[in-house]
Amino acid sequence: MHVANNSVGFPAVLAWSAKPGRTEHDAIPLMQETFRLNQFPLIEAISVSRHDNPGTGWLLETLNYALNPGDRVAITGPSGAGKSVLLRLLAMLDAPDSGELRYRGQAIADRHIPDYRRQVCYIAQKPALLDGSVEDNLRYPYSLKVHAGSRYQRDAVLRLLEHAGKPVGFLTRHASELSGGEAQVLALVRALQLNPQVLLLDEPTAALDPVSVQQVEALVDAWFDASRALVWVSHDPAQALRVSHRQHVMKAGVLA
Amino acid sequence: MNYQSLSNLDIAIAAALIFINGALSVCLKLGLGRQLLIAALRTVVQLLAIGYVLSWIFANAQWYVVLPVMCLMTLIAGLSAAGRGKRTYAGQRLDSIVSIWVSSWLVAAVGLFAVIRIHPWYEPQYAIPILGMILGNTLTGVSLGIERMIHELTAGRGQVEMTLALGGTRWEAAQLAARQAVRAGMIPTLNQMSVVGLVSLPGMMTGQVLAGESPLQAVRYQIIIMFLIAAASGLGTVVAVLLTYRRVFSPQHRFLAWRLHRRD
Repeated sequence: MHVANNSVGFPAVLAWSAKPGRTEHDAIPLMQETFRLNQFPLIEAISVSRHDNPGTGWLLETLNYALNPGDRVAITGPSGAGKSVLLRLLAMLDAPDSGELRYRGQAIADRHIPDYRRQVCYIAQKPALLDGSVEDNLRYPYSLKVHAGSRYQRDAVLRLLEHAGKPVGFLTRHASELSGGEAQVLALVRALQLNPQVLLLDEPTAALDPVSVQQVEALVDAWFDASRALVWVSHDPAQALRVSHRQHVMKAGVLA
Repeated sequence: MNYQSLSNLDIAIAAALIFINGALSVCLKLGLGRQLLIAALRTVVQLLAIGYVLSWIFANAQWYVVLPVMCLMTLIAGLSAAGRGKRTYAGQRLDSIVSIWVSSWLVAAVGLFAVIRIHPWYEPQYAIPILGMILGNTLTGVSLGIERMIHELTAGRGQVEMTLALGGTRWEAAQLAARQAVRAGMIPTLNQMSVVGLVSLPGMMTGQVLAGESPLQAVRYQIIIMFLIAAASGLGTVVAVLLTYRRVFSPQHRFLAWRLHRRD
């Protein structure tokens, strides 16, 4: 029952921040809204689980988890432990076999999933880039319906790139010429310019050199603030300590 | 009839020409003798069989004879369109049949009733060969379209999921692959249309000329057929690609990559 009721108000909340032409009269509802929103975790996983084909065991054992504003969470563990499974589930790229996800206390209706992903952005280990320049790639998200209310802002992008030590000339380079580290920086800036509330990072630095690792970490630090949250999956315990306040280890589908 | 009727003796004379190929195979040690024999026999048996079937249908020109034959032809086309490609998904066969059925019958209906205006509506002399030509080309389009869609989505999985992760809808994530797939399905027909009469003389037109029809009349028929083929093939490809899209993207804007599996 509560699922259907809660999902009704979802789009208004999500659409608010992107609404163009906001006036001063909107300030009061915004404060009320902010107060209401902060009462809830950003993402809440309620009894979610996922298993492989029937009888072959769990990919993710039943999990209850709340990700609150200001949370920096790292997950380590052996490969095949279900770290990516959990992250993809939180990004709603895969469906749980049971349980549900809530965003700011509200269930997420099918048609609002793109909106949810605007707020909760998943970064894959291997960045997928479009054929074209770095700037073409950065402009791409704005061609999607969900970002129709906002526009590509070169200045904001340049500020982000600065954190990763990339000069203006980086924008004109062709995506196919980029090194692994540069590609990951591009993928990250492409997501961060959209101001997501939650970042889900799936071993973003697994195959990168130390300098690129530093750049990626600096970018994420620059984006983070107390209203936001991140989950960083890493194979490197030292990095996990560096990038997070709370660390979990995942083994055989169980988060500990 | 102002054309030469052919007897079995005439076929025997033509068959003797195959022996030239046989002799070549033996002299050059190609090892094709056996295959050649089988291929020649299949040509004779398959064409004779269809000749008898068509004679029988023409002699019993009733709707309850013609309609099932047309259904059977469509079904076979649909099934053979689904048989290609390294990867497949559960339901590909049904999607092929549906897309071929819808597009071919719709276009054939327009061709037969609005353009050629046959009477009665099931006149097999027109209905069967025209549906057959449309089916043959639509099946190529549908099969290439689905195959390409599966390929693009499998190879471009990273990009598809990147678009979804950035908040793209399932259609925004699929449209690049879908466009490539529709293009791939329509290219053979486009190529055929642009070289017809220059590189190849179509079989139907040649047949009509051999049967004593004036070349100009034969050409008119051929033009109509080319347009029917292009329309059906384009429509069929689009329907097939959309059906594939619905199979591998959920209403929750998820890409169900696991549904695309290797053919067993």
